[in-house]
Amino acid sequence: MIGLQHYLTVSAILFALAIAGIFINRRNLILLLMCIELMLLAVNFNFIAFSRYLGDETGQVFVFFILTVAAAEAAIGLAILVVLFRNRRSINVQELDTMKG
Amino acid sequence: MIHAILFYSFAAILMGAALGVIFSRNPVHAVMFLVLTFFQSAVLWLLAEAEFLAIVLVLVYVGAVMVLFLFVVMMLDINVERVSGGYAHYLPLGIIVAGLMVTELIVIIWSKGGDANLTGGFAATPEGYSNTEALGAVIYTEHVYAFEIAAVILLLAIIAAITLTMRRRPGLKQQNVAEQVAVRAEDRLRMVQMDAETGEDGS
Repeated sequence: MIGLQHYLTVSAILFALAIAGIFINRRNLILLLMCIELMLLAVNFNFIAFSRYLGDETGQVFVFFILTVAAAEAAIGLAILVVLFRNRRSINVQELDTMKG
Repeated sequence: MIHAILFYSFAAILMGAALGVIFSRNPVHAVMFLVLTFFQSAVLWLLAEAEFLAIVLVLVYVGAVMVLFLFVVMMLDINVERVSGGYAHYLPLGIIVAGLMVTELIVIIWSKGGDANLTGGFAATPEGYSNTEALGAVIYTEHVYAFEIAAVILLLAIIAAITLTMRRRPGLKQQNVAEQVAVRAEDRLRMVQMDAETGEDGS
């Protein structure tokens, strides 16, 4: 049967994949944003699994709010990305060192 | 049994799609793989009987946020080759860190072994239980304050995104609201005092 441990394992693997993605794609800003979305998804998996395990809906309410905040974060992040691309013609993270001392 | 088969096959597709996200060279393919990842997660949440959030994930996340990602990726003319150069350089480090993390997490998660309480499936929900109804009952009562804050955060996101991306283009015809509001009646209207017209033969 599928229980709490299986869901937590899926979540752990997803989170580790997102971490690896951040290491691998550390030059492309848009892929970094996507890896952050993957991480949030892994966190939501944990919340849902524990909410179901404990029989308490509060975890699912929390997932609802995480989704809201993640949507806001994606909108603002992409807006910043568009402005950045308009000004610099590049989304390479390594070239974004204007504020470096 | 069928539940376990479904879980393992959807989880396998989920992992494959996540690998596709992080290894795609083309950002459009990465977004498509991310959509597949979210779909598979929604199915797994359905298997965990979190129906409302599964539908919300598909409707809001795939339908809105991922389409926004796709718009941005397609709007920006990204030089794929140049951006993803030096790709193999960080690959070993990324694999080591991710491998360590996932090993540690799995060891902790399975440290109790196959405890029947943890692996033996979730407790059955009571008869006539509705996930959406139960969530609605707590969101609008216990968590109503957080719910309103979430609404404000969304408004903030709208305002921030618009102010960030809006730009003034030269030669664009538009209203000057301040000037329109500051206008006074005397600027537009001239009051003329004149005698009333009288009839030819008097009255």
